[in-house]
Amino acid sequence: MTEERSAVVVRDIRKSYGELKAVDGVSFTVAEGEFFGILGPNGAGKTTTLEIVEGLRKPDSGEVRLLGESPWPRNVKLLPRIGVQLQATSFFDKLTAKEQLQTFGSLYGVSHGTAADMLELVGLADKANEQENKLSGGQRQRLSIACALVHDPDIVFLDEPTAALDPQARRNLWDVLRAIQERGKTIVYTTHYLDEAEILCDRVAIMDTGRILALDPPAVLVRGLDAPTHVTLQKGVLSVVDASALEGVDEAHEDEVSLTLSTRRPAPVLSALAERGALDGLQVRTATLEDVFLNLTGREYRA
Amino acid sequence: MNAFKTLSVAMLKGFLRDKVTLFFTFLFPLMFLVIFGLILRDVGADKTRIAVVGDGPIVSALRDSGALELEPYNDESSAVQKVKDGDLPAALIVRGQQLDVRFAQSDQVKSATVLGIINGFVDKANLAATGQPPTFTFAAEKVEDASLKPIQYLTPGILSWGVAVSAVFGSALTLVSWRRKQVLRRIRLAPVSTGSVLSSRILVSAGVALVQGVTFIGIASLPVFGLKLSGQWWLAIPLLLLGTVAFFALGMLVGAFAKTEEAASAAANIVVLPMAFLSGTFFPVDQAPAWLQTVSKIFPLRHMNDGMLDVLVRGKGIEALAMPAAILVGFSLVVGFVASRVFKWEE
Repeated sequence: MTEERSAVVVRDIRKSYGELKAVDGVSFTVAEGEFFGILGPNGAGKTTTLEIVEGLRKPDSGEVRLLGESPWPRNVKLLPRIGVQLQATSFFDKLTAKEQLQTFGSLYGVSHGTAADMLELVGLADKANEQENKLSGGQRQRLSIACALVHDPDIVFLDEPTAALDPQARRNLWDVLRAIQERGKTIVYTTHYLDEAEILCDRVAIMDTGRILALDPPAVLVRGLDAPTHVTLQKGVLSVVDASALEGVDEAHEDEVSLTLSTRRPAPVLSALAERGALDGLQVRTATLEDVFLNLTGREYRA
Repeated sequence: MNAFKTLSVAMLKGFLRDKVTLFFTFLFPLMFLVIFGLILRDVGADKTRIAVVGDGPIVSALRDSGALELEPYNDESSAVQKVKDGDLPAALIVRGQQLDVRFAQSDQVKSATVLGIINGFVDKANLAATGQPPTFTFAAEKVEDASLKPIQYLTPGILSWGVAVSAVFGSALTLVSWRRKQVLRRIRLAPVSTGSVLSSRILVSAGVALVQGVTFIGIASLPVFGLKLSGQWWLAIPLLLLGTVAFFALGMLVGAFAKTEEAASAAANIVVLPMAFLSGTFFPVDQAPAWLQTVSKIFPLRHMNDGMLDVLVRGKGIEALAMPAAILVGFSLVVGFVASRVFKWEE
């Protein structure tokens, strides 16, 4: 990946608040059209990193280039090309969903018609005339994303867009995020949901205590772990002894409802089970980014 | 779409849809205007009424002068009964050339006033009867003095105060809430100048101030309150605008320090309330002790008040604007500069 084609280039940025090293030497590049996730627990330095990249904060050292330009100090030429979603309450008082979009759009010289398109994109067309404070949390979150997109930017920054949403609202939002990527936008987003990053992102950077611990496509990260795959079956379809004897099974154990086999070679195990017709209640769970995080930090992931 | 125009419209809509703000901008000051206007309506307004029996040149002269209000009675006994009952301070009984005054002892000040006035008219008539030119002469002329009727000083005072309150609170609360909700950050990330954001908010405040002016003056002019505007009342418009800018700057300063809307609201009150009391919003400041008058000169509201009184009810011309305008502009520049120095985009 050459840097000319990169939407975002970050080189060794650092930022300290007194003794606290909020960002401690972070580097990454994001290609045009890529969906890039920065994930990690609260206090990992995700938001500070994002704010430096957006040009809201000056790094103590290091360099940021967005579309070849420096975002700091405030770069008016660059601003129309980036869209930043802030927290779900960053709205003007007492305006309807449509008016919010029109007002934010006007800051960029965008025509009022765009507001309707944006509401359509985020699935709020029927809420156009609702005041912002009457919307649900998920709807507000979607509106704030629409506000970030209203001027058709090339790069979109989203800071924890799915935080504090119920599962249904999160899934609705995933559809919105995918639709944005389909429009050819580069998306940089932070999250503390590992499962979500795994589903949405082309690549993820895992951050903790101001550093990037790993940076790769989620599947590569997970594969690199060499963690066992867990195959779960209904209790009783196979005895623990028989299960342990199957080729490729490292370990088998049983609880009140199910039998779980650990394996690093799931293919022969699954075919052996199929041969025996012992597939009732089959579930296969591979390692997730949570396991990657656990492996990288030596501690359990807590969002 | 022009950012300045859309922002102004957005802020105006936000203002009009916020019932609490509307209340404190219009109804709250109007409540003071109505309550004080009604309570103080009759203070010093009435002339002294006396009973009169009979008629003659002196009674006509008295009636024409308007110095006393005369209540005619047909017979002496009923007129005197009025005085005895305490309804009227005195009764004037005319019997040809002889004038008798029967007065109540209870209110000696009023009685003395009545006696003095009648005596003066009798003396004048006597002198005229001798045909001699008077040795001493005196001429009396009405002066629109500092002691105005209550509604005349209440209206400019409460209007200035209302404008100050809405400008200070409007700018301080907008600034704090935008900072807290990260709207400021959002604006900073858009290719729009701070100037257009600031000026659109000031435009809304200025528009609100003009509507306040029209509403308050309109209501005070109703017959029940009886405000009488003097000739060049429209000179109040530049004062309203300058006052808005000055108090807007003050609100920006308050908003730069306050972290929450509640703190901003409390701080704005601490700034505005004492200023309102000491600047003659609710009573004419020239009735206050001299030291207080001196102290009150440090407040921009005092000067705005003075200017408002001069052009709205004292009939002064454009020259009366010079001092208040200069002070308001100076205040805006100094406070605005300090506010821009301590301004923070982020919490």
